Amino acid sequence: MTVEINHRVITVNEGCTTLAQLLADEGFTGVGQAVAVDNTVVTKAQWESFAIADGMKITVIRAVCGG
Amino acid sequence: MLDAIGPAGQERIARASVLIVGLGGLGAPVATYLTGAGAGRIGLADADTVSESNLQRQTLYTEAQIGRPKTEAARERLAAMSSHTVFDLYPEGLTPGNADALVSRYDLVVDCCDNFPTRFLIDDCCARAGVPWIHGAIGEFAGQVSVFNLSRGVRYSDLYPDREAMCALPRVTAGVIGPVPGVIGAIQASEALKILAGFGSPFEGRLFHIDLLSLQTSTITF
Repeated sequence: MTVEINHRVITVNEGCTTLAQLLADEGFTGVGQAVAVDNTVVTKAQWESFAIADGMKITVIRAVCGG
Repeated sequence: MLDAIGPAGQERIARASVLIVGLGGLGAPVATYLTGAGAGRIGLADADTVSESNLQRQTLYTEAQIGRPKTEAARERLAAMSSHTVFDLYPEGLTPGNADALVSRYDLVVDCCDNFPTRFLIDDCCARAGVPWIHGAIGEFAGQVSVFNLSRGVRYSDLYPDREAMCALPRVTAGVIGPVPGVIGAIQASEALKILAGFGSPFEGRLFHIDLLSLQTSTITF
């Protein structure tokens, strides 16, 4: 299964089925990060149960604090 | 004059009041464009003084103003642009002690600050006062914009629920290239004018992100 994450196509690890697992595998800490699937935000409370599927487009935007 | 704005829209801008929190890289273009557009009253909140390292991106200031409070230095430049706008100076910046009172004096708040605790403070105060706010934030080569607490009451803390963890993150010192706040601040000013004058579609319920290294953009909805 492949998904796109931040404009980059990756092959999902064997056994990785949820958004939470995928984010962890890809090294995202989840702190201060907004995550969207196909451009719609998936709230952090839903990451553990959100099933990933082939071809999904995932966007992770890290909160920045500069001004 | 643009048809979408018209005399009625211009009149609404002339009667409007806006609080700008932070007079750094973002605050400079936001204050400049809102003053240029003829905003009636602008609050300038920042506790900092001008330093040499600011000048690469904080286009309100000059070398001769180094060491002076940003609120005063900014007013000098902005007042020279237009005698129409009244400026309220808050050289103590936005603090937990004054935030509710300050926010409630304005129609709109523009977030140009440089830290997470102040952003969450704006989020709280604007929710309590029923005041919309325009979020802008930058880091290195990228920036983001959104509008919170407008018609749907969507909040920054809905998008980023990790308040404590974010406020505890170490202060980032990597900096930013000068044009990043120019891009993001100009979008914030545009959103401010849309909300104040009542034209276009304010960018509520969406987050815009741009990376100037690649010029890749993302818009996510929530």
